[in-house]
Amino acid sequence: MTTTDTGMKGSTVYRLRPGWRLQWEEAQGRHVLLYPEGMVQLNDSAGAILATLDGQRDVDAVVATLQATFPDAPATEVEQDVHEFLLDAARQGWIHHD
Amino acid sequence: MSSCSMPPDKAGSTMTDHTDTAAANQPLNGHTGAPLWLLAELTYRCPLQCAYCSNPLDFANAKEELTTDEWVDVLTQARAMGSVQMGFSGGEPLVRQDLEILVAEARRLGFYTNLITSALGLDEARILALREAGLDHIQISLQASDPDVAAAVAGSRKAHEKKLTMARAVKAAGYPMVLNVVLHRHNIDQLDDIIALCDDLGADAVELANCQLYGWAHLNRAGLLPSRAQLEAAEATTQRWREKLAHQGRDMRLLFVVPDYYAERPKACMGGWGSIFMTVAPDGAVLPCHSARMLPMRFPTVRERPLKEIWYDSEPFNRYRGDGWMKEPCRSCDERHRDVGGCRCQAYLLTGDPAATDPVCDLSPDHHLVEAARREAADDSRTLEELTLRNVHESRIFCRA
Repeated sequence: MTTTDTGMKGSTVYRLRPGWRLQWEEAQGRHVLLYPEGMVQLNDSAGAILATLDGQRDVDAVVATLQATFPDAPATEVEQDVHEFLLDAARQGWIHHD
Repeated sequence: MSSCSMPPDKAGSTMTDHTDTAAANQPLNGHTGAPLWLLAELTYRCPLQCAYCSNPLDFANAKEELTTDEWVDVLTQARAMGSVQMGFSGGEPLVRQDLEILVAEARRLGFYTNLITSALGLDEARILALREAGLDHIQISLQASDPDVAAAVAGSRKAHEKKLTMARAVKAAGYPMVLNVVLHRHNIDQLDDIIALCDDLGADAVELANCQLYGWAHLNRAGLLPSRAQLEAAEATTQRWREKLAHQGRDMRLLFVVPDYYAERPKACMGGWGSIFMTVAPDGAVLPCHSARMLPMRFPTVRERPLKEIWYDSEPFNRYRGDGWMKEPCRSCDERHRDVGGCRCQAYLLTGDPAATDPVCDLSPDHHLVEAARREAADDSRTLEELTLRNVHESRIFCRA
C-alpha cells in the first residue's frame, strides 16, 4: 500500500456510482458519463481513468494499468493525475468506494 | 470536460448546476450539433389532471399515436444522429403497454433511459419488467406532502398513496431515484415537509421545480404563481436542508428551480433552440421542446420526413438557431450567447411575437407584462379546486376554439 501527498490510499477500490454508466460515444469522439437526466462529457485522460475502474482494480492497480498504457508519460505524473482525478470525481459524486 | 445536464427546461427538469452544454454544443462554423437529448412523449393520455401540465391545451386534437414500430424507428434514427440521453414521458408513459419493448430497444441501441412518470400504472411486476428491459432510471413526480393538497392538484384522491408505495418499491429495486415536485403557491409553503418526505423515501435527488408557465399552467397562471415572500422562504428552507443533509452525510441533491417570472435574466431555454434537445410528440411531431407546439408555426412529423432532415434542414428548427433572428435589445446585447434570448414560447405567450426578447429579461421593453402578471397573481384568491384541470373534456373546448 502506498500513500502519496494527495493522501490517497492505494488499496482503495473506486467504482461508478450505482446506476451511472460510462460509455464511449462515437458521435462525440469521447467517453461520456451518463446518469439520471444528465451527462458528463469527459476529456481523454478522464475517460481513460474511469474506463479502468472495473470494481476489482484498486488505485495502485489503476495507476499501473495506465502507466503501462501510456509508457511515454512520466510514471510519477500519471500517478499524480490519477490520484487528483479520482479525488475530484469522488468529491463530485461520480464515483464511490466502500 | 463539461457537465451536460438536462437543459434548463420548461418542466424545470435539470439535475446539475452546470448548464454549459449550450456553449459546448454551439454551432461551430455554422454547423449544428447533434440532438444529444431525446424526449419521447409516448402519449397525451394521463390518469391525472394536474392544473400545471405542460401539454398543449388542445392535446385532445392530436392525431393517432405512433405505433411500436414507428417509435422503434424514431429511436434508431435518433441514436444514429448522436442522441444518447432519453426520457420516456407523456402524458403518462406507463399507459403504453409497449413501454417495456421500447425501453429494451432504447437500451440495446445505447441510450441512457429515463422514465418520467406519475407512478400511476406502476406495480412491482412492472418495475421488475422494466428493470429487465434495461431501464436506467425512474423519476417519480409528487404533488405535495399533504394528501389533501396532492389530491386537489392531481384531481385524484388515490394517487398520492400509490406514489409513495411505488417510490419505495423503485428504491428497493435498486434504481437511482429522482423525485420531482412541481412547486406553486398552494404547496410551496409546505416545502419543509415535502423535502422531509423525499428524504424518508430515500431519494437520490429532488427537483423542486417552480411551475413553468406554459400550456395548462399558463392558463392557470394567476392561480399558481407564488408571491416573492413565498419564494424567498422556500429558497431559505432548501438551503437549510442542504446544510442539514451535508451535516448528516446524506447524499440527496436538492435542485431548486426559480420561476422565470421572478428572475432578472431569462434562462437559456433548452440550451438554445434546436441546439441539443429534441422532443417527439405522441403523433410524431418533432419539436425543439415540449411546449413549442403552441407556437404559430407547423412542425414536421416523423411520418413525413426523416428525423435527420427535420433536425438539420427544416425551416422551423433553423428559425431561431444562432443569433441572426434576434431583435433588440438581444441583438446588441453582450449576454445574447449566454441566455440565447430566453424562451420563444414565453416571448410568444406574453407578447404575441415569438422572436421578441423573453419579457422575463428586465432589459426587455415588455418586462412590464411580467410585473403585471405578478400583480395579477397577488390579487387572485382562487383555491386549487377552482383552477382549470387538465383533462380531455377541458381540452376539447380549446380544440373547438
